[in-house]
Amino acid sequence: MISLSGLIDFYTFYNFFRGIFESVGLGESSAWISYLATGILLSFIVINVMIIATAFYTWFERRTLGRFHVRRGPNRHGPFGLLQPFADVMKLIMKEDTLPDEADKPVMTLAPIALVAPTLLIITVIPLSENSFLGSLNIGILFIVGVTSVNSIAIFMAGWGSRNKYAVLGSMRGAAMLISYEIPMALGITSVLLLSGSLAMTEIVKSQDIWFIAVMPLGFFVFMAAATAEMSRTPFDQIEAESELGSGYNTEFSGIKFAILFLAEFMAPIVTAAVAATLFLGGTKGFDPIPGQAWFALKMFLVIFVLLWFRATWPRLRVDQIMAFAWKGLFGLGLFNIFLVAIEIMLLSGSAGELSKSDLLIMSIVNWTITISTLLILLNLFGHKKLERPEPVPSPLANMAAEAD
Amino acid sequence: MYGVGIIKGLGITMKNLALPNRQFNIYQYPDKKASPTDLAKLEEKNTLTFIFTRPVKTIRALIGLETIEERMPQDARFRGEEFAWYEQRCTGCASCAKYCPLGIIEIVTNTSGVNLQEGQSYDIDVFNIDIGRCMFCGLCVEACPYDALHMGSGFEESTYERKNLVIDMERLKKAEKNPSTWFRPQLSERKYDPIAGAKADWDEVGRHEKPTLENQQEKWAKR
Repeated sequence: MISLSGLIDFYTFYNFFRGIFESVGLGESSAWISYLATGILLSFIVINVMIIATAFYTWFERRTLGRFHVRRGPNRHGPFGLLQPFADVMKLIMKEDTLPDEADKPVMTLAPIALVAPTLLIITVIPLSENSFLGSLNIGILFIVGVTSVNSIAIFMAGWGSRNKYAVLGSMRGAAMLISYEIPMALGITSVLLLSGSLAMTEIVKSQDIWFIAVMPLGFFVFMAAATAEMSRTPFDQIEAESELGSGYNTEFSGIKFAILFLAEFMAPIVTAAVAATLFLGGTKGFDPIPGQAWFALKMFLVIFVLLWFRATWPRLRVDQIMAFAWKGLFGLGLFNIFLVAIEIMLLSGSAGELSKSDLLIMSIVNWTITISTLLILLNLFGHKKLERPEPVPSPLANMAAEAD
Repeated sequence: MYGVGIIKGLGITMKNLALPNRQFNIYQYPDKKASPTDLAKLEEKNTLTFIFTRPVKTIRALIGLETIEERMPQDARFRGEEFAWYEQRCTGCASCAKYCPLGIIEIVTNTSGVNLQEGQSYDIDVFNIDIGRCMFCGLCVEACPYDALHMGSGFEESTYERKNLVIDMERLKKAEKNPSTWFRPQLSERKYDPIAGAKADWDEVGRHEKPTLENQQEKWAKR
């Protein structure tokens, strides 16, 4: 068996640098110098790995989307078009980086960075083994929720800074949508926290004797719907809405700035899949001959694939439909789910508040039944609404020819 | 029920992905298996020379790995780029330039010319068409009283610089004359097909070529 359980994390590098600097003879100041060196090294690794992963993810997304749509994706550069992302990046870097005359220049320049930074930050707290990459943050999930909320500011910066009506419209819609969908997402996460009893990502993984997607499918549904909206992908891509707004908030961006916006947009599914796999699919848990990292990658791939499938199939929703779905649909479902889970925990847990595996099993059976019946009831309630069409009135002009004769 | 259609749609896209024999809908530039002769023609070489100079490509082509892009089928009335212009027919009246809604035809004339069809005419110094701004409405072709200007039938005119999109007189004279049959019923009557590569000379594209006596009488005397 390949042993990858002792993951290389922050403190491995820290101790390595500490040893070097102390042997050089820096004494006490070697502590902060090695902190700094480790930070720089690890951020370098994280950024580059994520950029390469995103590059190949764009290739994967375009090829798979092509097959979904019965057409071909990129297939000209390299075998199966594998070098297409690099061609794209080279083209974007070599293009002129234009700034509109009336643009708010510092804001517009900062916007791509503000958009890509939170996405990169999230990946640091994802546990790839017993530990996460930069050590286990004990408020990991809170950190993720906090950091993702920067997205709406960044998108508004992009739209406002470029001084373009379409861009401002797109980013206004985006800000409204992102803020609305943060609430269902937080509700979905809260139900996980009720079960795990901890904010640390590593603890959440440890507490999943049965995957939480099986324990509370409703919570997973609410979380995934909200997360899809948070990264503004189809069917929630109101921010870009090519047919309505040109290209929304990134209308005025070109060159390397657009490349970074593009990077952030395509990095989001990877990161979201990582978070969803950690929260609901048991993270690195699996059976033994296959290492935990491989399990994690497999689960991430599954979530990414499902997101891609939805993107390939569903059309874009209208603005009011999106807001109604957040406030009338997901908000209520999220609260209902929390209520349900809380009651079940109160009834099932022992004196110490611990949940055994059999308790989780009972909960999953009850929750699946309730979820399916709730959804069926809701769908049937809304499904009987029929559009009433007025009786067609014959045109007064239709009789003119007959009267003239 | 609400939402059943959503799930049905998911099934359709998944069928597209999973079934291996789904046909790809390709209308433009479908890949065609290429023989060594085709490849030699592409590189403007003799087939034998090609076989000796590029043995690897030849073998790949014989196995069936090399493909070339085939053009989509195209109508004879396609309004394409590369206008077909016949300087023998042109009198320099500049109707085309006047009718162009975008003003992209530039024409400069002097009074010393002789036209093969109509006798005395203007001599043309400059005749530029900026197809970078052209919208291919074809009003210039409609306006031409002597059938000197025709729409072309090509569409692969991309260049690296905007200035290369200005077609000047030299280029128009040198270009292969494959006029589109759009607004030229005399060409479509003859089943003229520019896409097949047929060329049309200046004395066969006109609509009132050498009127006979009967024609003249029909037009003027019998009214």
